[in-house]
Amino acid sequence: MAEAFRTCPTTGLKVHLPAENLIKANAVAAVVFLAIGGFFGLLVALTRWPAVHLLPADWFYLALTAHGLDVLLVWIIFFEMAVLYFASAVLLNCRLATPRVAWAGFVLMLAGAIIVNVAVLQGQSTVMFTSYVPMKAAPHFYLGMLLFAVGALLGCFVFFGTLVVAREERTYRGSIPLVTFGALTAAIIAVFTIASGAIILIPTFLWSLGIIQHIDTMVYKTVWWAMGHSSQQINVAAHVAVWYAIAAMVLGAKPISEKVSRLAFLFYILFLQLASAHHMLVEPGVSSEWKIFNTSYAMYLAVLGSMIHGMTVPGSIEAAQRRRGLTNGIFEWLRKAPWGNPAFSGMFMSLVMFGFIGGISGVVMGTEQINLIMHNTLYVPGHFHGTVVAGTTLAFMAITYLVIPLIFRRELVMPRVAKWQPYVFGLGVAGISLFMMGAGTLGVARRHWDITFAGAMLPYDYPGAAFLMMGLNGLSAVLATIGGIMYVVVVVGSVFFGRRVEGPVELGPPAPRGVAGGSDLPAAEVVGQYGSAGTLKIPGTVALVGVFFVCFVLYYFVNWKYLSEIWPLR
Amino acid sequence: MPESEGKPPVEGDGRVPFMQRLLDNPFLLLFLGILVPTVFYLLWGIMEIVQIPVAP
Repeated sequence: MAEAFRTCPTTGLKVHLPAENLIKANAVAAVVFLAIGGFFGLLVALTRWPAVHLLPADWFYLALTAHGLDVLLVWIIFFEMAVLYFASAVLLNCRLATPRVAWAGFVLMLAGAIIVNVAVLQGQSTVMFTSYVPMKAAPHFYLGMLLFAVGALLGCFVFFGTLVVAREERTYRGSIPLVTFGALTAAIIAVFTIASGAIILIPTFLWSLGIIQHIDTMVYKTVWWAMGHSSQQINVAAHVAVWYAIAAMVLGAKPISEKVSRLAFLFYILFLQLASAHHMLVEPGVSSEWKIFNTSYAMYLAVLGSMIHGMTVPGSIEAAQRRRGLTNGIFEWLRKAPWGNPAFSGMFMSLVMFGFIGGISGVVMGTEQINLIMHNTLYVPGHFHGTVVAGTTLAFMAITYLVIPLIFRRELVMPRVAKWQPYVFGLGVAGISLFMMGAGTLGVARRHWDITFAGAMLPYDYPGAAFLMMGLNGLSAVLATIGGIMYVVVVVGSVFFGRRVEGPVELGPPAPRGVAGGSDLPAAEVVGQYGSAGTLKIPGTVALVGVFFVCFVLYYFVNWKYLSEIWPLR
Repeated sequence: MPESEGKPPVEGDGRVPFMQRLLDNPFLLLFLGILVPTVFYLLWGIMEIVQIPVAP
């Protein structure tokens, strides 16, 4: 077969060139929409900063709509398509199934994203990311969403087809590698997500055209969140796969137990999408049984999956570092980790912040009773900036620093800027999440243009601390924007002006051959293998997990204490 | 070309364990990943909503 392949000199993986081109196209489109969505995000944050209050109300809601769509959906799904093609065709050493269909999917996604942005900027579709009926957007807003969803669905089908190609052509033996299994998890959740979106957006599109007269608001909200929240669960599965990939490529890390990690992904497949019910916790039309079963991710099995990954990813890094001889004390492996490598530092910060900020706050909000303290307050965007931005976006930024030399075959320009970028962005995003959660705890409503209620018929005075939180949130957003600009400058500069890479590149600290991955392969090659580290000597990780649990339990019960003060039982 | 070094664990009688077979079957996983949220979130939720009596 005259398929075009090249062998990666760094990983030894066979790269199908049509797949490589699709990875490049999707990654570039993702970064463009991140820049656009990030710009709108800055405008939103500067408006919610009371001392600045940048935009008038109509522009604020327009910018908020565009920000939500471009970063929560477009940037992330484009990047996930790149991850799916990498995790299938590249890691399984096979050809991509039907590249033409994949290109058709890409074109549909691009057209859909552009149409949605145009619809929003025309000013007739300021309906927020959620577009709750009976608010009505212009018909091409829904059409753009549908085109984007169909394109993404085609990408998922190409991924499944590539799994079949790899199995039929026997390009791997036994089971698929863990990173591919994580991508499979993301693709499965994506199919459910997109199907749910189609179920509700097709009638809503017809309603916007006047063909259908009525959409039930409760049914809309229920089905829409099967898409809206599940789309964020695609991110979770994808960024966990990215964590494993970076740990493998930079340090040759293998999961502590591949079987246990795969079981954790199975919990995601079965239960993660159920968390959509978080958004229905104060709706009177559905029962407490439905709410509690679903928001506990089917009694916390999906949360257990995240906690397993939260232990096995740092555990695999610790095991790899100890194999390299960093065995002094319980934290030498962590102190001497490659903190100057933006792929590693971004990944590790994503891991920590996703767990401590996004994860803990997500479980707290998923508890029906204590959800009442912060439902529809700024705590909610604080939480999901902890998961989607600190978790997913930072992880995707981190792997970009490996994609540029391996797929674009370019050296990074401005390596010092790249080195500091994850820290600047990570610090900014941590501030955004924490200060929004702080403001939300003080009762500040989400999606509100003016917390001073100037000129309102029924004014309300928030405490001074709430204004402080909003100011600090604005400062953090400026910092995160600087980090975002650093990322875009390095990526665009490297792709267009970076020196061409010919031979192998060093992705992580050098290690003796035969040591890094516990095999005779170079470190980076471990990413395409099935197998476990085969050790449980990870005392540093156990200590870190202990700290996590203490924080988790304390914060959980602190919120019950808050609830008891708001709603005293006498 | 590197190949996956892993092989599915095989039980004493030569059979591949059930969990291994489940996890190695992407289309069964796809079916389950759609079935569970469809039943527990979508169908159950919508059934409760449509049973709300219409105001007279």
